[in-house]
Amino acid sequence: MAIAFEKTRGLTDIPTHYCPGCTHGIIHRLVAESMEELGVLDKAIGVAPVGCSVLAYKYFNCDMHEAAHGRAPAVATGIKRVHPDNFVFTYQGDGDLASIGTAEIVHAAHRGEKISTIFVNNAIYGMTGGQMAPTTLVGQKATTAPYGRDEALAGKPIRMSEMLATIDGAKFVERVTVTTPAHIRKAKKAIKECFKVQIEGKGFGIVEVLSTCPTNWGLTPVEALRWLEKNMIPYYPLGNFKKPEEGK
Amino acid sequence: MAKVLMKGNEAVGAAAIEAGCRFFFGYPITPQNEIPEYMSRELPKVGGMFVQAESEIAAINMVYGAAGAGARVMTSSSSPGISLKQEGISYLAGAELPCVIVNMMRGGPGLGGIQPSQTDYFQATRGGGNGDYRVLVLAPSDVQELVDLVIEGFDLADEYRNPVMILGDGMIGQMMEPVEFKEREKRELPPKDWATTGTNGKRKPNIINSLYLNAEDLEKHNTYLQNKYNKMREKEVRVESYNVEDADVVISAYGTTARIAKTAISKLEKEGYKVGLIRPISLFPYPYDEFNKIKDDCKGVLTVEMNTGQMLDDVRIALNGRVPTYFYGRTGGMVPTPEEIVNKVKEIYGGAK
Repeated sequence: MAIAFEKTRGLTDIPTHYCPGCTHGIIHRLVAESMEELGVLDKAIGVAPVGCSVLAYKYFNCDMHEAAHGRAPAVATGIKRVHPDNFVFTYQGDGDLASIGTAEIVHAAHRGEKISTIFVNNAIYGMTGGQMAPTTLVGQKATTAPYGRDEALAGKPIRMSEMLATIDGAKFVERVTVTTPAHIRKAKKAIKECFKVQIEGKGFGIVEVLSTCPTNWGLTPVEALRWLEKNMIPYYPLGNFKKPEEGK
Repeated sequence: MAKVLMKGNEAVGAAAIEAGCRFFFGYPITPQNEIPEYMSRELPKVGGMFVQAESEIAAINMVYGAAGAGARVMTSSSSPGISLKQEGISYLAGAELPCVIVNMMRGGPGLGGIQPSQTDYFQATRGGGNGDYRVLVLAPSDVQELVDLVIEGFDLADEYRNPVMILGDGMIGQMMEPVEFKEREKRELPPKDWATTGTNGKRKPNIINSLYLNAEDLEKHNTYLQNKYNKMREKEVRVESYNVEDADVVISAYGTTARIAKTAISKLEKEGYKVGLIRPISLFPYPYDEFNKIKDDCKGVLTVEMNTGQMLDDVRIALNGRVPTYFYGRTGGMVPTPEEIVNKVKEIYGGAK
């Protein structure tokens, strides 16, 4: 019988710990498939964050580092400087990248580190149980914002892609989501393009993926997907913010 | 090889390159800026790489990346910057990554000052960051020893898969002395088959990690680390001793302070006092056994430090109440003079030689 579909070699067989309906699984698969299809899996070195995807080092079938909270871009810098011909990526959440690790991501982009970052934004601290993230929407409830995020107290949520796109060293910046098959296809295209920017030695690339957290949002998986589309996309518009010019 | 005159901080850089270090990640802070400056100038000439990080935290995490990737790598800083690096040092120890970290200590607490001190002894010898771990701590007292310990430090780091800290102070970093880069024996070191280099499709993924969510696994990991530290305690104690068995008073001091103590001892000897010296070179592992050589009727052991009494704890642990202990220290960047130490020793003698 002809094989119609195979799981990517980019993922191990270890069952993930993610909650039902969480979109980390989809994003892991897109990252793994992209590495395999671009032929860089065997020379890939990934960096896992602290947060929900802290155990990503078990799931990606390539060499991995587990970094301290927020420091993945600095760790990746060290790896890439030692192995410039290897493919180096970080996989980070919004608490990790947009709060405690802002200095590391901004300066990795600023130096034009030839690494790729997958930034999973679900507007909440998932692993620690639903605390307010820098990306939590105004009015959105969290365990440390029980009355909803108050702009007067906590400011507005931070838009990382827009900020990083202003940095010269960042050569590819795109925000995608994975709420529908069409969005998933677009997300994969963006991830592959982002990875190519590193492979071609052009500089830093990041794909922000708007993601759901049904558990901490208190919604069913399907409701969570619709909540994301209705509430997150208007504040975090999808699209490409930056890519290398043709022929450059 | 002929001797060359070098400033301590520059000698650190030269020694690191001599040892095969090709990657340096750092952040400016006085009084150690000549180290990153030297590395930024010299590493490119030998095919190496210098990166000025956005912070000490980023620098130590770059070290974590580079060390995990299999490179010989170093970072340096001074006290407040070393505090910032503690997060990364804990992860390096947990993930068993070799690297050399240089601390040219300055006065504290807080921003403190920029003059020499020895106030980070506790931090250096008790781990420093979170968790139950140790780093190998080596305390040179002249520029030649600084060079030798930096070079050996890289081998020790690789042998034990553990961070090695060179604990100097602003004075040794800023001082110029003649140094020689001696021929050294090639040490047999374990292969870095654990490093992340890409699998090339030929092996299972290598994972650099300090996370063990299962309590049993974490305890096993901790026991393994403690066994490694015990091996260091057996094999890596380094100490210089002088006249310990006969001395009526023994001075214990390390680094710059030990040099001053030596001057004090020769002055005292000329006046007929019998004073010995224990100069720990490895602060972890600590040379506790050396103190067993002190005679029971020794009038006392005087610990001299540029702090308010930190190594003093280890001296007391070593003596376990057998001999009285005394302390003399200056802080804030004030350096003890030989005369001050001479007077303190005479006080312990109580007038009768």
